[in-house]
Amino acid sequence: MSDTQVGKIVKVAGPVVVAEGMSGARMYDVVRVGEENLIGEIVELRGDRASVQVYEDTTGVGPGEKVVNTGAPLSVELGPGLISSIYDGIQRPLDQLREKQGDVILRGSAIPGLRRDVKWHFVPTVSNGTKVQGGDIVGQVQETTLVLHKILVPPGVSGVLDGLREGDFTVDQSIGVVTADGGFRTELKLMHKWPVRTARPSLRRLAPGEILTTGQRVIDAFFPIAKGGTACVPGPFGSGKTVVQHQLAKWVNADVVVYVGCGERGNEMTDVLKEFPELKDPHSGEPLMKRVVLLANTSDMPVAAREASVYTGITLAEYFRDMGYSVAMMADSTSRWAEAMREISTRLEEMPAEEGYPAYLGARIASFYERAGRVECAGGPQREGALSIIGAVSPPGGDLSDSVVQATLHVVKVFWSLQGRLAQQRHFPAIDWLTSYSFYKQYLSGCFEDRQRGVEMAEMSREAMSLLEQESQLIEIVRLVGAESISAKDRLVLQTARSIREDFLHQNAFHKVDTHTSMDKQFEILKAILYFHRIALSAVERGADTRDLSALKVRESIARAKFLEENQIGQIVDLRRQIDEQIRAVIGAAAA
Amino acid sequence: MLNEYQTVKEIYGPLMLVEGVEGAKYGHIVEIRLADESVRHGQILQVEGDRVLVQVFEGTEGVDVARSSVRFIGRPMELSVSPDLLGRVFDGIGRPKDNGPAILPRQRRNINGNPINPVARDYPNEFIQTGISTIDGLNPLVRGQKLPIFSGAGLPHDDIAAQLARQATVLGKGESFAVVFAAMGITFEAAQFFIGDLTNTGAIERAALFINLADDPAIERIATPRVALTAAEYLAFEENMHVLVILNDMTNYCEALREISAARKEVPGRRGYPGYLYTDLASLYERAGRIKDKTGSITMVPVLTMPEDDKTHPVPDLTGYITEGQILMSRGLHRKGIAPPVDVLPSLSRLKDKGIGQGKTRDDHADLYNQLYAAYARGKEAQELATILGEAALSEEDQKYMAYANEFESRYISQGYSENRSVFETLDLGWDLLSRFEDSELKRMDAKRIAQYMPRFREKRSQSQG
Repeated sequence: MSDTQVGKIVKVAGPVVVAEGMSGARMYDVVRVGEENLIGEIVELRGDRASVQVYEDTTGVGPGEKVVNTGAPLSVELGPGLISSIYDGIQRPLDQLREKQGDVILRGSAIPGLRRDVKWHFVPTVSNGTKVQGGDIVGQVQETTLVLHKILVPPGVSGVLDGLREGDFTVDQSIGVVTADGGFRTELKLMHKWPVRTARPSLRRLAPGEILTTGQRVIDAFFPIAKGGTACVPGPFGSGKTVVQHQLAKWVNADVVVYVGCGERGNEMTDVLKEFPELKDPHSGEPLMKRVVLLANTSDMPVAAREASVYTGITLAEYFRDMGYSVAMMADSTSRWAEAMREISTRLEEMPAEEGYPAYLGARIASFYERAGRVECAGGPQREGALSIIGAVSPPGGDLSDSVVQATLHVVKVFWSLQGRLAQQRHFPAIDWLTSYSFYKQYLSGCFEDRQRGVEMAEMSREAMSLLEQESQLIEIVRLVGAESISAKDRLVLQTARSIREDFLHQNAFHKVDTHTSMDKQFEILKAILYFHRIALSAVERGADTRDLSALKVRESIARAKFLEENQIGQIVDLRRQIDEQIRAVIGAAAA
Repeated sequence: MLNEYQTVKEIYGPLMLVEGVEGAKYGHIVEIRLADESVRHGQILQVEGDRVLVQVFEGTEGVDVARSSVRFIGRPMELSVSPDLLGRVFDGIGRPKDNGPAILPRQRRNINGNPINPVARDYPNEFIQTGISTIDGLNPLVRGQKLPIFSGAGLPHDDIAAQLARQATVLGKGESFAVVFAAMGITFEAAQFFIGDLTNTGAIERAALFINLADDPAIERIATPRVALTAAEYLAFEENMHVLVILNDMTNYCEALREISAARKEVPGRRGYPGYLYTDLASLYERAGRIKDKTGSITMVPVLTMPEDDKTHPVPDLTGYITEGQILMSRGLHRKGIAPPVDVLPSLSRLKDKGIGQGKTRDDHADLYNQLYAAYARGKEAQELATILGEAALSEEDQKYMAYANEFESRYISQGYSENRSVFETLDLGWDLLSRFEDSELKRMDAKRIAQYMPRFREKRSQSQG
């Protein structure tokens, strides 16, 4: 595609432009549209006519204007400088756009994703003369205090390495050369490009085996997600989807977090931008922003770029996975992505399936989530990377029969169902414990170094779940016939279930301590609650009154346990002693 | 490109197809001259070769194929702006409607605006006083927020909208405040009420009104909020004012959008609304906000009527996904004669915590709304129980909470449409209501704060009872 191909616009309908004279163009080639050089992508070809989805507002564009094919698919730049950046849906750096254009986003500007004026200190990790292939790590750059950026040989390149040297380089300077068998030379740079709609290659897929901890009790203890796993969070507005996504981005134990704000509120992105640099990573004490890449395509930004933004995001995430890192990607919200797809599809006059969504909606969603996974990375040295995806879904009216929810549930392994009812009761996170599920629960026991502890955690999780299940049935009965008519044992079940809900599941994202709970602390709190239940149960069997048991002082201490700092876990452990003591006193009084 | 064409080929619904046009651009506006020399305006929805599809703002009634001529203006729709917009009344596409002079433009601005760069946004965190207790006290509005009012047919949302327009103000000196009011498809009566109300109270001096009446062309409504927001953007970001934009009624706007979509034979989404309704609404609502290094701000209160009070209807549903909370109106309270009938429990301002507290309102604000809310939720349950079992069957505690809920409704929620309470009056009223409870019952409050504020309210209560 050396000669640039120039076509002519024949039709403009919103974000879709049709041009003729485009023979030779390929699907998903990037084009520049009109006099203002708007960025677009070919989404349909008919003879020499190409339909283009334009990533910018098309007002003022008309027939007769030119369309220039760049001959390359929509690609992102991968290299040092990604971390801490904030991009729009097609990897234009928003801070630089602001410097250039002011407070609003104007059209037709092309700023590369990586800064060309920054030098990075590159340290080789292999010696010249080595035979290398795509995916091999040849050196590294300390990008931020939290991320050591490995420099990879781009996929598809192989040969003998030469001229590689330590030094300070910009992303587009040559750091060495790879000479293939036939003598074909490829310059190595700190960055390379990769098309967003193509998954980056890896050696092989591995089954997930480890839990991605999030510090959120209801998630970690009941509905955990694995490293390399997929989860979806559907819920009506006001149920706290975005808060859940933010919490995960903050506290997830991944090396790199890619956060895609897809078609959501501008003020929410501002909140992230303001808050993340101030928050400290609980493991390293460094600002969280030093491991985060943000993509913001707010709902007022052009719709076509919204469609591209999830692909841009996942390609960046895959790139860090290829370095051997555990990467978590959050997409908020995939419904906006699907709606963008629908809008483009309508403009292309495609035959719609359900609710006007294109028939390929399910396939697109499935292939997107399939880019997650735990993999053995291509190239050497041997390493494993994992990419987990957590997608929010915003179904109309909170209706879970919505096409996007259903198509997502077909592929994801974890389902966190947010309920408006819980949110209105101010129970947050409003994840419904009865309808949510996780297929990764079997890995829960591996969360602890102590194997025995892990097994116990898994056992407690099952027990707590069964109590909550019993509660839901008992509540029905109580509603019909009153609390007095159920047995003392059942009353105790109700009381413990309530304690699980209020003292364990309920978590305040805005409380300094409560916002994040380590696995050890989760273990101890849950153990205290269930221990109380067990001892109280035996007390009831010996004739103790449930009212006396519920009035015990230790119950308040259990409720407060979640507000204790991580270094005060000892106090939570001590609760079991207090439970023994106080319940024994109750039994004593009952006997006397 | 001031070409005039007489090649109108088809007219259907609000749309017009013109052929043989050269150089037409998507999104630009046209002038349509009818046989009787009257002029209408339209916007280009689609260009295909030399065929141009135009939506006619004033409707196509009386337009004929043979004798109409179409002039292509060659630019998108623009609004002339200057500080003189304030104190004036315009029609739905920004033409003076009050017999006043045309606006001498300082600038002409594209009514579609441009998306705000998320990096340039500043977080909304400054309090706006509306003088309405249920908003100021429980769901505070902050500058740059978008907080809709979800109402229903027959509920007094017009009164509350007018009250907001009249009373809203920012605390602090030297800040200038303005109101931009966009009416879409409201009745003549309602429009007269707004204009009269603002004129009588003098509030019109700092207000600009854009009025599209129920019998004005429906398609014009698509432009009305955009025109109003363009005026607001100018006042906020060029003239450094804090602008409150009231959009009333968004349901009518969405219906106009549906009409266009149906006429274009687009594949409908839920309830016949177009699939891009979310995107379209977002392009309006997201124009609210603050921008770094700029003094002014745009705060938005869209008003919408929910068909059959159904919150899951596409218009309130999609609105709720974009806006930062919602204020719900309650039919039950309205029947009880409580005005404004704000349904406190499902109402929510997502940004409430950002705009209150020491230095903004008062240090006890957050504790207060948590406690008032929790106690009212409890009292509401008791109220419901009482309707089933009878008041006598309630426990003493339930009766106490019910009495609180009743007092809360009659004193805190109910204030009428002319009372303008300062936020401090609202806060004190909250303490007054809570003073019937013992300290130990006020679980959502800090003990120190209770000790600091409560005694004088308790004293007052015991005096009035004694």
